[in-house]
Amino acid sequence: MTTHPDPALRETPGVVPQAGPADEWALGVDTVPRAAGTSEELQPYAELGLRDDEYDRIRHILGRRPTQAELAMYSIMWSEHCSYKSSKVHLRQFGEKAPPSDRLLAGIGENAGVVQVSDELAVTFKVESHNHPSFVEPYQGAATGVGGIVRDILAMGARPVAVMDPLRFGAADHPDTARVLPGVVAGVGGYGNCLGLPNIGGELVFDPSYQGNPLLNALCLGVLPVSRLQNKAAAGPGNVVVLMGAKTGRDGIGGVSVLASATFDEGSEQRRPAVQVGDPFTEKLLIEACLELYDAELVVGIQDLGGAGLTCALTETAAAAGTGMRVWLERVPLREPSMEPHEILASESQERMLLVVTPDKLEAVLKTAEKWGVLATAIGEVTAPSPDGQPGRLLITWRDQLVVDVPPGSLVDDGPVYARPMREPADLILLQADRAETLPRPSTPEALRETLLRMIASPNLADKTWVTEQYDRYVLGNTVLAQPEDSGVIRIDERTGLGVALSVDGNGRYARLDPYHGTKLALAEAYRNVAVTGAKPIAVTNCLNFGSPEDPGVMWQFAEAVRGLADGCLELGIPVTGGNVSFYNQTGAAPIHPTPVVGVLGVLDNVADRVPMGFVPRPAGDHDQLFLLGETHVELSGSEWAWVTHEHLGGIPPQVDLARERQLAELLADAARVGHLSSAHDLSDGGLAQSLVESSLRRGVGARVVLPEHFADGSMPFVFLFSESAGRVLVSVPRGREKAFTALCAERGVPWEFIGVTDPAGGALEVHGQFRIGLDELREAHTATLPRLFGGAEAARVEVEATRTGTTTVLPATAEQPVDVDPAEVDAEPIARAGSAAAETGTEATVPAEVTDAPVTDDPADEAPEAAATTTDGSEDGSGPDGSATATGDPDQRPAPDQR
Amino acid sequence: MTARVGVVTFPGSLDDGDAARAVRIAGAEPVRLWHGDPDLHGVDAVVLPGGFSYGDYLRCGAIARFAPVMETIVDAARGGLPVLGICNGFQILCEAHLLPGALTRNQHLHFRNRDQVLRIEAVGTAWTNTFQPGQEVLVPVKNGEGCYVADPATLDRLEAEGRVVARYVGGNPNGSQRDIAAITNDAGNVVGIMPHPEHAVEELTGPSLDGLGFFTSVLKHLVGAPA
Repeated sequence: MTTHPDPALRETPGVVPQAGPADEWALGVDTVPRAAGTSEELQPYAELGLRDDEYDRIRHILGRRPTQAELAMYSIMWSEHCSYKSSKVHLRQFGEKAPPSDRLLAGIGENAGVVQVSDELAVTFKVESHNHPSFVEPYQGAATGVGGIVRDILAMGARPVAVMDPLRFGAADHPDTARVLPGVVAGVGGYGNCLGLPNIGGELVFDPSYQGNPLLNALCLGVLPVSRLQNKAAAGPGNVVVLMGAKTGRDGIGGVSVLASATFDEGSEQRRPAVQVGDPFTEKLLIEACLELYDAELVVGIQDLGGAGLTCALTETAAAAGTGMRVWLERVPLREPSMEPHEILASESQERMLLVVTPDKLEAVLKTAEKWGVLATAIGEVTAPSPDGQPGRLLITWRDQLVVDVPPGSLVDDGPVYARPMREPADLILLQADRAETLPRPSTPEALRETLLRMIASPNLADKTWVTEQYDRYVLGNTVLAQPEDSGVIRIDERTGLGVALSVDGNGRYARLDPYHGTKLALAEAYRNVAVTGAKPIAVTNCLNFGSPEDPGVMWQFAEAVRGLADGCLELGIPVTGGNVSFYNQTGAAPIHPTPVVGVLGVLDNVADRVPMGFVPRPAGDHDQLFLLGETHVELSGSEWAWVTHEHLGGIPPQVDLARERQLAELLADAARVGHLSSAHDLSDGGLAQSLVESSLRRGVGARVVLPEHFADGSMPFVFLFSESAGRVLVSVPRGREKAFTALCAERGVPWEFIGVTDPAGGALEVHGQFRIGLDELREAHTATLPRLFGGAEAARVEVEATRTGTTTVLPATAEQPVDVDPAEVDAEPIARAGSAAAETGTEATVPAEVTDAPVTDDPADEAPEAAATTTDGSEDGSGPDGSATATGDPDQRPAPDQR
Repeated sequence: MTARVGVVTFPGSLDDGDAARAVRIAGAEPVRLWHGDPDLHGVDAVVLPGGFSYGDYLRCGAIARFAPVMETIVDAARGGLPVLGICNGFQILCEAHLLPGALTRNQHLHFRNRDQVLRIEAVGTAWTNTFQPGQEVLVPVKNGEGCYVADPATLDRLEAEGRVVARYVGGNPNGSQRDIAAITNDAGNVVGIMPHPEHAVEELTGPSLDGLGFFTSVLKHLVGAPA
């Protein structure tokens, strides 16, 4: 549509004609000369979040008081969010302890880390927080959180190809959670779906500590040809500075300083204007336009506008090149003509990118923007460093008035750095002494059965389909695995089958009990989740969500978490490529649990080798062998069971041994490559019981489990099923491959235990000598919780009514619909009838003969590829409404790729 | 020579690359068409892909129908050119009055993405002639405004003339009247479908291979069609 309104500019790129005579808006503006002459004028720096010494520092740098616009810029750039002033001293470890990696093309400090995965291709990924805005305005806060991280990925030269969303809310049944969660989920979906990015995974965690500070972290994955890597340096004096994308409005002014860098208080309601409003359509056009510019090699440098808007983009691009910049601020297209310079510079309006282009390319750049209907405007030019070798200065005029004259580096690099006081929280010793291992445990089959059904229905362990089916996971056609699988797997090269696996994990309770090991546990879990798919983990990103850094207890937690992550990455030999810190997740004096969210990226040479989590349907008489890899100890402190059953949080989290995690990952990769694995599923929250249930329900294939002798008596069966010991994976192995597989385990030094068989025909999960529960009963317990809490019920009712209207037709074909449809659709009470039926047939089955001594056939058939055949099973079952064997009559629950 | 199937890209189209992939896997040559270019470049058939054309901030498809390429497509469709509208494409076909009725907000008000069983009821169209009558297929559905509505007379006419191409089975994901998932025009060359057959063409990335049938059908149709 529009490019630069002034043809004169196109003829002489970079040379911006003088604006018209100053009008009334310009009269009241605080200019540099005026500031120099009124050095004693009082300024509202405290209200903008600057401390006295910080303000004095600014005056010292400028040799005068800052103008209104300059003050706004410093207050934003020196805010916690932009300057990392409290975290810098700790984050250094990520660089200092980074293991050597020849894959890293861009690392910490760039918009996102870039990792080479083949000769031609690289991937970039990063997770960022948008916590505070999402609490103030859930839909837009979440939507723009996705939009922001997508632009970070885009700025590296990559095409964004997938998103993930680790979410944390207060108690699931708290009224405010019902306000925030649906809005956040709709916002993540609304933006990502409209952008055409598959959502392939994430987290959904409920804990009262997030009541006043829900966490929205958003991760984006991008792919680029190695040769297309972009950088943000505004190099080349004389080059043109182009602002591309949406018009600039008053939304999000001071977002980073007002929202993200202060604790919530009673005034929080007043902060809605500080939340940006998203326009995914414009962002989609922006993506296509940028990619076309990259491919035509039309840009010298590029930077996205996110937090701190134009201020951040101008200063960072100039500082990165050591150049100066001359900007004509009145050329910035505005939504509201009455905006003043400091507002234009501070606005966090979304969907904008800053480009640096050579004058001879400007015409082509504007044409490309026009093709995609994106606004693009030359707003300034790059200027040379000063002759004395000093970096250039950033000069910004507004209608002929000089409103900004600063050294760009002083905003970007010379911000304050604090070594904040740290102190271990006073209550930690007592907390750690209060161990969950001492809590009363179920010790009878009845109690164990009841515990399992209660656990899989608890909000943190319940099926998340209510959320994930609001996300498009198919668009772009390269999604190989998506939630609820352990990792999302994306094919990035259709020719070779090359793909990447990605998982994000965190456990605030573990981190609360021990931030150092809690963070290592988060890293270990994400690493393991990637490894179970058969991928090789190669890189790490992180989003560190904490309370106020001004609280020494929180600062100590943060320091411990960073140390844990840096040490852990060194032990695993994979580098941190980038990340994000979110402080002030605190309401009044109550901080959230320290919540380091860790993302691990892995590579699959061929996505066809990927291992899914679900037990595999087999022809009658056939089944797979179940093995538990790793060692189970009595580790219940910080566990989901302790919380759900006793609302208990105390003790020491499970031990973490990263050397063993590494061995385990190597074993899984090898086993996957040679087809030893039908399925593999990580054990974490909820322990073995949760993994058994999830693997069974995934494709409707049950299992019969025997307890090892040392877990047979008293409360040990409970420990076996619910302990959360790290470093464990549940795998199913095709008959005939047990020997080769266990030999591989021995060779790799990974402890393994044979624990039973899958039971494709049984339709139940049986733990020998303890209980047998029909899959339908399990499914009902597992899937009912979220719809009940967040309104799937109405949705379902509406659908059912709709279906009834549908059946007013005389067509016999549809006359019976309601019968099939009701239970299938009312998520809250699915397939009750089928459930009881299956449970009865279930009771007939008895102790599995195979279980006592696993038969080792010589069947050489490699069943593993069958794992890919969900689809055909799916459609076959689809035609059978009776819901037998591997599927019930409920299409939702048919081998359910739609639960991915 | 292999058939050339055009795939239109509007601003905000999202599944255009996937539609092109499906065309290729089905054995035809995909030809990318641009919303601003009225020239169909001699394609033998056209797919209007899924997405959020122009953001769908107005009624879905309401702006896209005025794109230069649509004027040509509307004329060609009236002349018998096979046209398949998927999701947003279906919405555009309704806005362009090539198909009756309209697609409105899902009755439960949520975007919904799931694997959906459909029953193919009209196998005489250019896009479904390789299916068996009553055949059930599994393809992904993903939409926020997929609730098909029309006045009773129109619905009755569609039923009577056998122009209901596919119905949702085992659960209606969006509240569509009479479980309608896909319809066709009276000539059978224009089909609009809410679910996404282009996402059920590869075992690795889809719930089934059932979606291929829609694309192989048009090839069969073109072979049979008078040149």
